[in-house]
Amino acid sequence: MRRTMLYLPGNNPNMLTRGYLFGSDGLILDLEDAVAMSEKDTARILVNHFLEQGEFGNCEVTVRINGVDTEYWKDDLAAVVPFKKLNGIRAPKVDTPETVKILDEELSAIEDKNGIPVGRTQIFCLLETAKGIWNAYDIACASSRVAAIIPGGEDLTADLKTSRSKEGTELEWARRMLVFAARAAGVDPLDTVFPRVSDDDGLRQETEFIKQLGFSGKSIIHPNQISIIHEVFNPTEQEIQKALKIVNAAKEAAARGQGAVSVDGRMVDIPVVKRAEYVLQRAGLSEVK
Amino acid sequence: MAINAVGREIPDFIEGYGKTKLFQGAFARKPEGNIAGPKLRCVNSDRTDKRVSGVKEAIIASGLKSGMTVSFHHHMRNGDYVVNMVIDACAELGIKDLTLFPTALFGVHKHLIDHIKSGVITKIMGSVNGPIGQLVSEGGMDVPVVLRSHGGRPRAVMAGDVHIDVAFIAAPTADQYGNICGTQGPSACGSLGYAFTDAQYADCVVAITDNLQPFPVSPVSISQVYADYVVEVQSIGDPAGIVSGTTKVTRDPLRLLISRYASLLIEASPYFKDGISFQTGAGGIPLAVTAFMKQAMIKKGIKGSFGLGGITGYFVELLREGLVEKLMDVQSFDLDAVRSIGENPNHIEISADWYANPWNNGAAVNMLDVVILGATEVDTSFNANVNTEADGALLHGTGGHQDTAAGAKLTIIAQPLLRGRIPCVTDKVVTVTTPGEVVDAVVTEYGVTINPKRKDLIDACAAVKGLPVVSMEELAARAAKMSGPTDDIKMTDKIVGVVEWRDGTVIDVVRGLKK
Repeated sequence: MRRTMLYLPGNNPNMLTRGYLFGSDGLILDLEDAVAMSEKDTARILVNHFLEQGEFGNCEVTVRINGVDTEYWKDDLAAVVPFKKLNGIRAPKVDTPETVKILDEELSAIEDKNGIPVGRTQIFCLLETAKGIWNAYDIACASSRVAAIIPGGEDLTADLKTSRSKEGTELEWARRMLVFAARAAGVDPLDTVFPRVSDDDGLRQETEFIKQLGFSGKSIIHPNQISIIHEVFNPTEQEIQKALKIVNAAKEAAARGQGAVSVDGRMVDIPVVKRAEYVLQRAGLSEVK
Repeated sequence: MAINAVGREIPDFIEGYGKTKLFQGAFARKPEGNIAGPKLRCVNSDRTDKRVSGVKEAIIASGLKSGMTVSFHHHMRNGDYVVNMVIDACAELGIKDLTLFPTALFGVHKHLIDHIKSGVITKIMGSVNGPIGQLVSEGGMDVPVVLRSHGGRPRAVMAGDVHIDVAFIAAPTADQYGNICGTQGPSACGSLGYAFTDAQYADCVVAITDNLQPFPVSPVSISQVYADYVVEVQSIGDPAGIVSGTTKVTRDPLRLLISRYASLLIEASPYFKDGISFQTGAGGIPLAVTAFMKQAMIKKGIKGSFGLGGITGYFVELLREGLVEKLMDVQSFDLDAVRSIGENPNHIEISADWYANPWNNGAAVNMLDVVILGATEVDTSFNANVNTEADGALLHGTGGHQDTAAGAKLTIIAQPLLRGRIPCVTDKVVTVTTPGEVVDAVVTEYGVTINPKRKDLIDACAAVKGLPVVSMEELAARAAKMSGPTDDIKMTDKIVGVVEWRDGTVIDVVRGLKK
């Protein structure tokens, strides 16, 4: 599950130590925007040590590296890729499939050099320009390493030559486009951050909206946002019970050699069963009896 | 030297304190004899005005002499003018060698350091923190300070361990015959709970007010039958230091995480049902626990019976919303609490004796289900230290820590595992304030750590999704690993503080710091 992926500044040992305790699905150890230019080396060394010795609980661990247009990105990858605890890297400003290919090649070289199965390190692509959004599907398909695509917030808004509104009007089309591209390519669509950290109601509203669009989760910048997003994404008890009924009925029907079956007066076919299975997956109920 | 029940070496006799009684267990010591009392007094109808013209005149009239004991309450908190005003006047009158017996001292009282150095004050029985704590820790007083809990203090007075010669009571409102009200006036502080014992047991009681009203004032907290003199002054305190504005729940994610775990523990306990009573205080974590509990109470349709102790606006909200039936208030922390105690009959003012004294016919803490406390450090036997800092310096008074821990059915100490680089869980605490036998659980950001004697709670928590249960050994090892080795504290042999358990036995002593 990738309902919540929490950014932790790579130069803040206090947050790196405790970040996993807050229960997000993933962590993003940030070497890019959260770190000042003068701190880039410090953060890289610190994150390197944390990947070796730190604790991350059950979180999926990614590192946001600096962009391929900077002087840092190769050093960033060399410092983080060798560690088993790393699941993937989050790459900023991915505009074209070529960027993914450049990353893919460098990752393969580092993996090969360190005796790691080539292809293990996943790529989470941040599409932070209009061009990136336009190329979303091609980017998502550019490598089997791509696990998710994520729209930018601030950068994308700037590139669109508009400003960020409370309603998120300016990002609406990009978000819809991104969900279509991701689902078509078979990767996760993950939403951008909600910047107003003390606006709990606003966060809930936005999360409800992006969940309805089809996103799998959201990037977050504050631990207090986790429980709100999980509440929105977690199925309700009623939804779980209904899904259980559907999946069990489908199983029984299959055992009897029947294709479709009726539950509570409604025809249950394969898409309905798939949706029910997804509900149970989100509820953490993989085994259905 | 003898070893007490928490393994601390206690001398048989301590200079400036006297013969010691060893702590033998939280409920081991039983009282004997009668309650000690103040002088009998007689006021007839020829005296209908107890006013005197000033503080000095009141001191002279009270008969206060060098070597006597003076008491104060701390409801004016860091806004208090009265303690400094009275001791300044004593110094000007040439009175020396006083024993100061406050319910607590605050930063504003660092002014007293000059009076300690000049010998006006030679002994303190009460909390010393900040600069005074540092002075005492560095050997700045010849005799040790005596630290007692909120319940231990009235017990000591009633048992005759301490005799108050003159009690000076900061009175937000008073009349000329000495009726005192805490809820009105420019320096309103709400409950006057800590002042009751002093009014009842001092040989002489002086009410100092900045809001003199015609007789009789109402409502009355402390009645005219106790007051000997009334003094009107310009101001008894700075309202900004007396009460805070609205108390808000913390947004700090680490504290919220700890609070959520503490709330889940409470919800899993057998006490989370209709009629639950709790004390959570005003700190960041306790207040957030209350907020989480409130959500859970609403969700499960549970209504509480009473909230106890220091009361905040947040508790007032619970009362208004019907989530608790009553508030029992020994200290009102903010403006909402002050307003509420003045208006709402279900918001009850209680004395420190009523609140927490182990030697009466039953204190309010005995009726408590759950208390959330903090501590500077806890050791692997669940002993808690609230009196000294990790570097050994005297830091805090005991407050209601011992009393609520002893009274409540579920005592939770909730705090981050480390403060900066200092571990809060150690093999051995610097000072034992509260023994592990009355502490049920420690909650940190790593989960709940339950006293092995509470197997019922361990079982209850094991079934809770999203609530990590961590053993004390594991927690202490983690703290040690994260903090790295710490230097031993360098102490002198001199005893600078005596920590009494609420029953008057000595649970620990505090030694001086090597400079």
